[in-house]
Amino acid sequence: MEKMTGLSAVQLTSNREISPGVHLIAYQRNAGFQPGQVVRITLDPAVPPRIYSICSGPHEAEIRILFNVKEDGWLTPRLARCRTNDTIWVSSPYGSFFCAGEPAWWIATGTGIAPFYSMFRAGWAGNKRLIHGARYLNQFYFAEELKQEMGSRYIRCCSREQGDDVFPGRVSDYLQQGGPLPREVKYYLCGKALMVVEVRDLLIAEGIPYENILAEIYF
Amino acid sequence: MIQPLFGKTLSELQEIVVQAGLPRFTAAQIADWLYPKRVASIEEMTNLSKKARSWLSDHYEIGVRMPQKVQVSSDGTKKYLFAAGAGKFVETAMIPENDRVTVCVSSQVGCKMGCLFCMTGKQGFQAQLTAGEIVNQVRSIEEAGKVTNIVYMGMGEPFDNLEQVLKSLEILTAPWGYAMSPRRITVSTIGIIPGMLTFLERSDAHLAVSLHTPFDEERQMLMPVQVAYPIRDVVNEIKSWDFGRQRRVSFEYILFGGLNDTPRHVNELVRLLDGLRCRINLIRFHPIPGTPLRGSSDETLFGFKDRLNEKGILTTIRASRGQDIYAACGLLSTKELVKNEKV
Repeated sequence: MEKMTGLSAVQLTSNREISPGVHLIAYQRNAGFQPGQVVRITLDPAVPPRIYSICSGPHEAEIRILFNVKEDGWLTPRLARCRTNDTIWVSSPYGSFFCAGEPAWWIATGTGIAPFYSMFRAGWAGNKRLIHGARYLNQFYFAEELKQEMGSRYIRCCSREQGDDVFPGRVSDYLQQGGPLPREVKYYLCGKALMVVEVRDLLIAEGIPYENILAEIYF
Repeated sequence: MIQPLFGKTLSELQEIVVQAGLPRFTAAQIADWLYPKRVASIEEMTNLSKKARSWLSDHYEIGVRMPQKVQVSSDGTKKYLFAAGAGKFVETAMIPENDRVTVCVSSQVGCKMGCLFCMTGKQGFQAQLTAGEIVNQVRSIEEAGKVTNIVYMGMGEPFDNLEQVLKSLEILTAPWGYAMSPRRITVSTIGIIPGMLTFLERSDAHLAVSLHTPFDEERQMLMPVQVAYPIRDVVNEIKSWDFGRQRRVSFEYILFGGLNDTPRHVNELVRLLDGLRCRINLIRFHPIPGTPLRGSSDETLFGFKDRLNEKGILTTIRASRGQDIYAACGLLSTKELVKNEKV
C-alpha cells in the first residue's frame, strides 16, 4: 500500500459517461484552485490514490474530473460505477501547471484536454490556440463549446477517422505540416508520456526554446 | 500457462507448495535452489522428491533469461541488453571499480516521466518489469556472484512500479534469497512521494532522489513530475523521516551549463536541504541526440562541488563510466525498440 495523507471524503453530485469508456464526475467544490491543478482521488483511503487534472472552471460550484476507464485498473472501473451521493476520497487541489495571460498553444491528447478546458472555463482562451488529438471523433470532449468560443483557434487532429473541420492525422503531423511555429509563445503539453516527449522533441527541433515548453504527463 | 519460479518470494513459494500438497518447508528449499544455488532447471533441485519436481515442471519453469547483447567499454564497464516481452528491451550496466562490482538495474521498460535530459523517456512507457525480471538482471550477467552493490538507476522510475521493486528488494536482501545487505543497495527516484514513503517504511535500502535544480520553474522545464510532486514537498517528507545512522539519502544533480550551475543554485540548494544529513552526487551530462542541453565545464563542476562542501553539504562528483558505450542513457534499448517497430 502506498502512503500519502490529506484525503477527505466528498459526495459525488454526478457521473456521466460522455463518450464510450470516458466519464465526467463531479463533486461540490470544497477548496479554491487554479486551472491546471490536480487532485488525488481514491475510493478507499487504504488504496493508493491516482492523480487527475481538474476539468472545470475555478468559479464553478463543482469540481469535475475527466477519466478513461482502464479495464485492468483498480480505481477507474469502480469510479465509473459510482452514483450520485456515493463517497469518494479526494485531496486538496495542488500543482503548478499554470498558464494565465500570456499567448500560448495548448496541446493535448485524449483526456489530457482536462487542464486546458479548466483554463478555457476560467476565461483564459482569448490568446491561445488549442490543438487536441484523438483517435476517434467521439473523443473530442467539449468540442461544440470549444468550437463556438475559439473558432479556428481550436484544432482537432484525428488519427483514425475523418470528419468535417478535423485535421486527418496526429498532433505531431499537424505541427509538422502547419507551417512555421511561433517562437514567442509558450507551449503547454498534456497527455501520455510518449506524446509529450515526441511533441517536445519536435518543438525543440523546430527551434522553440525548451524554456517555452511546459508539460504535464499522465502517469 | 507455465509460470516462472524465479522472482517469487518465500511466501509466494509457500502458497505454491501448499497448492501442490507438498510440505511447507519445501518452499525454503526451492528458494535456496533458485537464488543462492542459481540452478538452471527444476530437475537440479535434487533434495526435492521426484513427485515434487514433476509437479513443479508441469506448472512452472525456472524463468531466468540470459542477456541478448553485451557491450564492453574500454574502462571495463559493460552494458547488457535483456529482452522484456515482444520487441521490448531493458538495459543493465555493470560497473567495476577496484574491489567493487556495481550493477545498475532497470525497473520498467521505457518510462512515463519524460525528463528532458533522458534517453529512456523517448521510448515512452512500454511495460512494467516483474520482480523476477529485475532480479534476473543481477542473476544472469557474467559477473553474477561477484556483485557487491546494486543501484536502481537504470530505465524507469522504481516507485512507479512499487510492488515489484519491493519484491525484488526482498529477494535480494532476505536470508532465503541473496542475503545482500540493504546498505549495498540504492533505489533512485524522481520523487514519487507516496511510493517513496512506502519504500522508506518497508525497505532499509538507501534512497537517492533526482534533484537537478532547487528552483520550481526550472525543475518543471526539466522534469514534468515537478507539477505533481514538487521537490520541496519531496524534501520535506524526507526531512520528517528518521534515517538512523546507517541509512543514507543522497541527491543526484546533473550539471547543465548555464542552467543549474550558478552560485544562486548553490545557495538555494543549501536552503532546501537545510537540516538534512545527506550527500549530493554531481553528475556530468553526456548529451543525448537532439537535446537542447549541454554539460557544464569541469571548472564549473569542481567549483560547484567546492562551494557546496564549504557550505557543509557533503558533495561528490560521480565518475563518468562507459561513455563509449552510452552506459547510462537508454540508447541501446531505444535503438532496438525502433528497429523492431520498423519491421
